[in-house]
Amino acid sequence: MTKKANIVIIGGGISGCSAAYNLAKKGVKGIVVLEKSYLSSGATGRCGAGVRMQWGTEMNCKLAKQSIEFYEQANEILDYKRNVDFKQGGYLLIASTDKEMEQFAKNVKLQNSLGIPSRLLTLREAKEIVPHLNTEGLTGAAYCGKDGFLNPFKTTDAYYLAAKRLGVEFMTHTEVVDIVVKGNKIKKVVTTSGDIHTETVINAAGGYSKPICDMVGVELPVYSERHQILVTEPVEPMQDPMVMSFSLNLYCQQAPEGTFIMGRGDASEPRDLRITSSWQFLDEMAKTITQVLPPLGNLRVIRQWSGLYNMTPDKQPIYGKVDEVDGFYLAVGFSGHGFMFGPLTGIILSEMILKEKPTIDVDMLGLDRFEKGNLILEPSVV
Amino acid sequence: MTNEENTIVCRCSDVTLKELRDLIAEGYTDYNEIKRLTRIGMGPCQGKTCTQIVLRELSMATGKKVSEIENQKNRPPVVGVKLKLISEEAQNND
Repeated sequence: MTKKANIVIIGGGISGCSAAYNLAKKGVKGIVVLEKSYLSSGATGRCGAGVRMQWGTEMNCKLAKQSIEFYEQANEILDYKRNVDFKQGGYLLIASTDKEMEQFAKNVKLQNSLGIPSRLLTLREAKEIVPHLNTEGLTGAAYCGKDGFLNPFKTTDAYYLAAKRLGVEFMTHTEVVDIVVKGNKIKKVVTTSGDIHTETVINAAGGYSKPICDMVGVELPVYSERHQILVTEPVEPMQDPMVMSFSLNLYCQQAPEGTFIMGRGDASEPRDLRITSSWQFLDEMAKTITQVLPPLGNLRVIRQWSGLYNMTPDKQPIYGKVDEVDGFYLAVGFSGHGFMFGPLTGIILSEMILKEKPTIDVDMLGLDRFEKGNLILEPSVV
Repeated sequence: MTNEENTIVCRCSDVTLKELRDLIAEGYTDYNEIKRLTRIGMGPCQGKTCTQIVLRELSMATGKKVSEIENQKNRPPVVGVKLKLISEEAQNND
């Protein structure tokens, strides 16, 4: 089967669906979204379901703030009859060293200057918000009440349905096997469901962004790192915010269904695209959580899974064009926070492709920053 | 006649036969999509009761055999285990 498209979007996660919706809303016809499995089967659907404004770089703060403001009205804007389940219970970031607290102070100052209502807390204040927090060994905390839980499946579904109503075609269980380029122009995308002739491609492939770039000969300075996560049986509501620690490598929140979702970072995790689960993670997660939030020790783990963080050297995303190929756009390298930037990712990509005035100037997030060495490192990632 | 609204398909997440059939009628014929929108198969039983019912409904709707429909991935642990017990064992092994 051979077909034609104005724009082919590779990846049926939040970034791809949001880009499709924003382009279609602005009148672009002939948009095809390709997803190798089912929608939100990759990083989006495997994430910790949290969104936060508390970041350490100006770009990440701006992207997160405006995305969260969109999510506050996502059901209405996207005319979604189900519910994206946005619960703004806050994020409580806990520090375990004085140095970490100093970093929090810097971050809060930056966040406040950008209109983000975060603040530093004493341990006593932190305990008022999460009474079962064990403050032993902690030095302080930071908190923002606008942060919270958001359902990744339903949010992606909301974008998908809105885009579909605007005429976007979604091809699931369709894998991209090659992209044919002649000179510096894209000719076609070869998939397991046939060829699609197009001149414009968006790479929104999440953990698989690099293999897609390899097809067009674009060197991407990213790697995908496995991150693991687990969920417990549901219980009555007992914890409002996400509790997160960068030094203890931990995040843990109670979802609206009552389950606790928790994960941790580990730089020694494999980088070979595997998304299996390990008992080592279960051991380490159980030890950390029973230390920091002791009552959760009584909850049963019912499921573990994993997903890929598409890591860049500065832990900020890469947006925009590439020098080597005309019409090839990147929305990659989200370093574990692509879900929470979804709304802005779609807006930014649509503005770039339609050459509109940008909502946010993301020149600093282009691929060329790595060559130039203009990196501003994000300090706040688990 | 089945009373769809009073028939529970997924006991862990309280999903009715009507909700399931409505989603299928809307065009969601992928077990994994239905799982993620309804939480069928995500509760403490991990799909041990509901999966077969959902697969049969999908089979009736699509004409595919149950064996041909992609099922959910079995994920560890096999049964629920308290975090405290895992932590204690892990510390014994350290």
